[in-house]
Amino acid sequence: MIRATRAIPQRTGIRAFAGLLGELLVTIGAVLVLFVGWQLFWTDVVADADAAQVVSTMEEDPAAPDWVQPTQARLGDAFAIVRIPRFGPKFARPLYEGTTKDVLKRGIGHYADTSMPGDIGNFGMAGHRTTYGKPFNQIERLVEGDVVLVETKDTYFVYRVTGHQIVPPTQVSVLLPVPDKPGKKATVATLTMTTCHPEFSARERYIVHADLDAMYRRANGVPADVLQVGE
Amino acid sequence: MCCRLVSEVSFYGLIWRILPGPMALKLFEALILVLAVVAVLFTWVFPLIAPYMPFNENTVGQ
Repeated sequence: MIRATRAIPQRTGIRAFAGLLGELLVTIGAVLVLFVGWQLFWTDVVADADAAQVVSTMEEDPAAPDWVQPTQARLGDAFAIVRIPRFGPKFARPLYEGTTKDVLKRGIGHYADTSMPGDIGNFGMAGHRTTYGKPFNQIERLVEGDVVLVETKDTYFVYRVTGHQIVPPTQVSVLLPVPDKPGKKATVATLTMTTCHPEFSARERYIVHADLDAMYRRANGVPADVLQVGE
Repeated sequence: MCCRLVSEVSFYGLIWRILPGPMALKLFEALILVLAVVAVLFTWVFPLIAPYMPFNENTVGQ
């Protein structure tokens, strides 16, 4: 009898604790699932809508004051549209100055200490491989000769892919004026794209190099064959 | 007796009992609460912790 009266409150105490712990664990689990959903889907929805809006504003009115010349771009300014036919005919993302996290959430970022599009030297840009609109998600599909079109306020710059490499995150030499050749002076205009590798990991970086192939006045448009995807 | 004791220390049970009105209204209120929590997480909490996730690094640097 005495045992029984002692046992009952003890058991209810454990039950109450187990119940609360269960609720807590279920809540944590639900929040984690929500976070994954937010990171993998919702950031894409938000970033895609934002990028599409910025690109259409730039396309509609090239004279718009918020489309600045590359030389006048400050951190966070959009100064070009990047089109990569291999990623699809509609692929168009704004290119912003700088590569901070806040910039890359919105589109492709230009490494501030590298050359500008068309200039002699190496023009470096970074983009997300996953999440936040993932502009460089399909970077592994790029092959030699593929076009990376950079459209500034008055010029189309046509870069053609020359190759790729996978490097550790600390290998900043890929962004040198002549990639991976310290001290060498650049004589041509090149482009270097960086993104994370493998997907969903920060272990390495996937690097694509390209050379400037042609330039066209924006007012005259770009030849149709430039936007064609090779085999 | 046992079940009332257990439900008294339930967090969600407590909220359920606080919600006023008949069952249908309670369900609707619970839905609003869930949506409010999701909105807070999506708008403020997740953007704060996302920079610490390993798959959001795309740049080369020291």
